[in-house]
Amino acid sequence: MTLADLKRGQQGIITDVSSIHIPLKLLEMGCLPGNSVELVQVAPFADPMYLNINGSHLAIRKETAIHIQIETTNE
Amino acid sequence: MSKQINVALIGNPNTGKTSVFNALTGLNQKVGNYPGITVEKKEGICKLPRGVKAHIIDLPGTYSLNASSLDENVVIELLLNKTDKDFPDVAVVVSDVENLKRNLLLFTQIKDLEIPTILVINMSDRMAYKGISLDIEYLEEQLETKIALISTRKNKGIDGLKELIRSYKELSTKPCMDASSIDVPYFDNLRKAFPNQLLYKLWLVITQDVNFGKTDRKTFDKVEDFKTKSKTDLKRLQQKETIKRYQFINETLKKGQTIDLKSAKDLRIKLDRVLTHKVWGYLIFGIILLTIFQAIYDWSSIPMDFIDSTFASLSEWTKNTLPEGAFTNLLAEGIIAGLGGIVIFIPQIAFLFLFISILEESGYMSRVVFLMDRIMRRFGLSGKSVVPLISGTACAIPAIMATRNIESWKERLITILVTPFTTCSARLPVYLIIISLVIPEGRVLGLSYQALTLMLLYLIGFGAAVGSAWILNKILKIRSKTFFIVEMPNYKLPMFKNVALTVLEKTKSFVFGAGKIILAISIVLWFLASYGPGEDFNNAEQIVTEQYASESLDDDELQQKIASHKLEHSFIGIAGHAIEPAIRPLGYDWKIGIAIVSSFAAREVFVGTLATIYSVGNDKVETITNRMAKEVNVKSGKPLFNFASGISLLLFYAFAMQCMSTLAIVKRETNSWKWPMYQLVLMSAFAYIVALVAFQALK
Repeated sequence: MTLADLKRGQQGIITDVSSIHIPLKLLEMGCLPGNSVELVQVAPFADPMYLNINGSHLAIRKETAIHIQIETTNE
Repeated sequence: MSKQINVALIGNPNTGKTSVFNALTGLNQKVGNYPGITVEKKEGICKLPRGVKAHIIDLPGTYSLNASSLDENVVIELLLNKTDKDFPDVAVVVSDVENLKRNLLLFTQIKDLEIPTILVINMSDRMAYKGISLDIEYLEEQLETKIALISTRKNKGIDGLKELIRSYKELSTKPCMDASSIDVPYFDNLRKAFPNQLLYKLWLVITQDVNFGKTDRKTFDKVEDFKTKSKTDLKRLQQKETIKRYQFINETLKKGQTIDLKSAKDLRIKLDRVLTHKVWGYLIFGIILLTIFQAIYDWSSIPMDFIDSTFASLSEWTKNTLPEGAFTNLLAEGIIAGLGGIVIFIPQIAFLFLFISILEESGYMSRVVFLMDRIMRRFGLSGKSVVPLISGTACAIPAIMATRNIESWKERLITILVTPFTTCSARLPVYLIIISLVIPEGRVLGLSYQALTLMLLYLIGFGAAVGSAWILNKILKIRSKTFFIVEMPNYKLPMFKNVALTVLEKTKSFVFGAGKIILAISIVLWFLASYGPGEDFNNAEQIVTEQYASESLDDDELQQKIASHKLEHSFIGIAGHAIEPAIRPLGYDWKIGIAIVSSFAAREVFVGTLATIYSVGNDKVETITNRMAKEVNVKSGKPLFNFASGISLLLFYAFAMQCMSTLAIVKRETNSWKWPMYQLVLMSAFAYIVALVAFQALK
C-alpha cells in the first residue's frame, strides 16, 4: 500500500520511495525507507496530509504520497 | 585593532536561528540585501570576551546544501567562495533539540567543507519536557565539533557560545564522516582529476548550479567536462548520499541521545487536532482574522488622533514662529503637512506587523498553509500562497519575496501577479481617511460599521487576488512540476525580543522608504501649487478683488477667494483641470485627480498630497480630516467626499496598481518587464471601470 492509503492515526514503516517522483528535499526531511510514519491529520478531501515522519512533522499533497510505499504497523 | 571574526549562522528553518542571532547581536544589527538579488541579508556585531568582536551573518534557513531556491543558494555560494569578504572563519550550525536528527544532516554537509564548525543545540529548556537527554561529550567526539547547549528563550548558554566563537581556532576541521563511499570509483576519479580541491566542494558544483568568485572559476570550468553521469544518475547518487548521512546520524544519536517516550508530552498533536480540524480549524482561523482587524482599528485610534493634532499644531507653530517667506511656507505647508500624512499611520502599520510576526513566530502560519492548500489549488495557487497573501496586508514587497518557497513556478508566478491586490498598509491611510468621512459611526454586534467596512475592503482585495488567480490559471500555459512540502513546527510562545525587533525593523523601513518618496513629492507639489504661469495667477489679488467688488466680503472671505483662485491657476491647478474630464465620471475633482496621479509612485502619497494641496495658501491650520470634510463639490454644492464618491475612491485604490517599488520587485522576481507591465495596465484599467460603475450607480 502507499502512504496515501493510510488512515488518520494509523502508523507505518516506509518501504520504498520512488526516486523519480519524490524531491530530494522530502528525503532530506527524513522520508526514507525504514523510517516510521504516522498520519496525524488530514485536510478536507484527505489532501494535503499532515504526517509525522520519524519525528519530523510535515504536510505533503496526496499526489506525492502515492509514490511512497509503506507497510502498516498498527490497525 | 585585531580583525573581526566572521561568523555565519546556518540552520534549518524553525530552529530559532534568528533568536540566536538576536541574542548575540541585540540592537547592533542591520538588514540589507545581497548585491544584485533581493534576498534579505541580516548582519550584526557581537562583543565577545576579552575585547574581541565578531561579525555575524544570519544566513537564510535551509534544510541542506542542495539548494532549491534563491535564498538557499545564498548559503552555498558564501560557503564555497573563500574570497568573499563574508566567508566565515567559523560556521555556527543552529539545531533544535527536538529535531536533532534532521538538523544534523546539514551539519554533516558543512563539516565536509572543512570549515571550523560549532554545533548549537537550541531550545534546551524543552529537553525535560520531551524526555530527551544528551551525551554531549560523546557527540562532540563523534561529530568532530564543540557543542553549545543553549536556550534563547531562557537566555542560557549564550556566554558559552560566545567563548566558543572566540576560541574558534581550536576547532577541528575534520569531516565527521565519509560520504564518498556511495560511489567509490566515481569519487576516486574526481579526486585524481582535481587533486587540490575539496571533494565535497566538487560534488556540490557538479550537482547544482552555483556561482563562484573569480579565483575559483577557472578550476571549476573543467568540472563541466566531468559531468559524466546523467541527471537521473546524479539524483540517485544524491539520494544515496542522504541515506548515508542519515545512517551516520542514526548511529551517532543511538548512543549520544536517549529519549524517554514515557515522560515526553506532545502539545503539538493535541493542539493540531483542533487547529487543523476540518471545521474548527477554519472557524478559528476566521475568528483570528476578525479579531486582528478589529484590534488594528480600535487600538490605534488614540495614538493616531494624537499624532494628527500634533502635526497640525507643529505646522501652525512653524508658521507663527519662523519669519514669513517662501521657505517657511514650504516647511509648514509642504514638508510638515506631507510628513504628517505618513507618520499618522505608524500605529496601525506597527500593529499589523505585530500580528503577522506573532502568527509566524508561533508556528500557526504553517497550519493555515495546511488548511488552505486544497482550496487555493482550485485557483491555481498553493497553500503556501496564503503566506504572501496575508503578509501582503503589510506590504507587497516582502510578500512577493516570500513566494520563493513555493516549489512550482506556475503557482509562484500566479501568486506574484495577484499579491498586489491584497490590501497593503499603504492603502490603509487612504481607506481610513475616506471611511471616517463617508461611513457613519455606529455599531452592529459590537463591531463598528467603519471596522466592518475596512474588513470588507480586505475581503474584496483578497477576493480580487483569488479571482484573478483563477483566471490566470486558465490562461497561462506553463507546465511545471509541482510538489508541496511544508513543515509543521512546534507551537511556540512568540519571544518578545524577536517580535519587537521585527516590528521595529519593518515599521522603520516602511516609514523611511515611504517617507523619502512622500517628502520629495510634497516638495514638488508645493512648488507646483504655489507658483503658476500667466496673468491669472500673478494678478490673482487684483482679479478677485475686482470680481467681488460689488459684494461686501470681509477680509477673511476675500483672502480665501484669492487663495483658491491662485490654486486653480497654479501649475498644479492647470494640470489638474486637464485630467479632470477623465476622472469626473468617477466623482472626483481635480485635486483628488492630482492625488491619484501622484499615488502612482506610492499609494500612501494620496493623503499627503491632499494635505499639501489644501494647506497651500491657507492660513488656518487644521487636521487633514477636518479639511477634507469641508471640501465642497463646486457643481452640486454637496460635500465632495460623499458616500458615492467615497466608495468609488475606495474601490479605485483597492484595485489599481499604484506602487513603483512593487513593480520593480516583480520585475526582479520574474526577470522580465512583461509581468509588471501587465499588472500596471490591467489592474488600473479594472480599477477605473469598477470605480466608474460604483459612482454612477450610487450617486
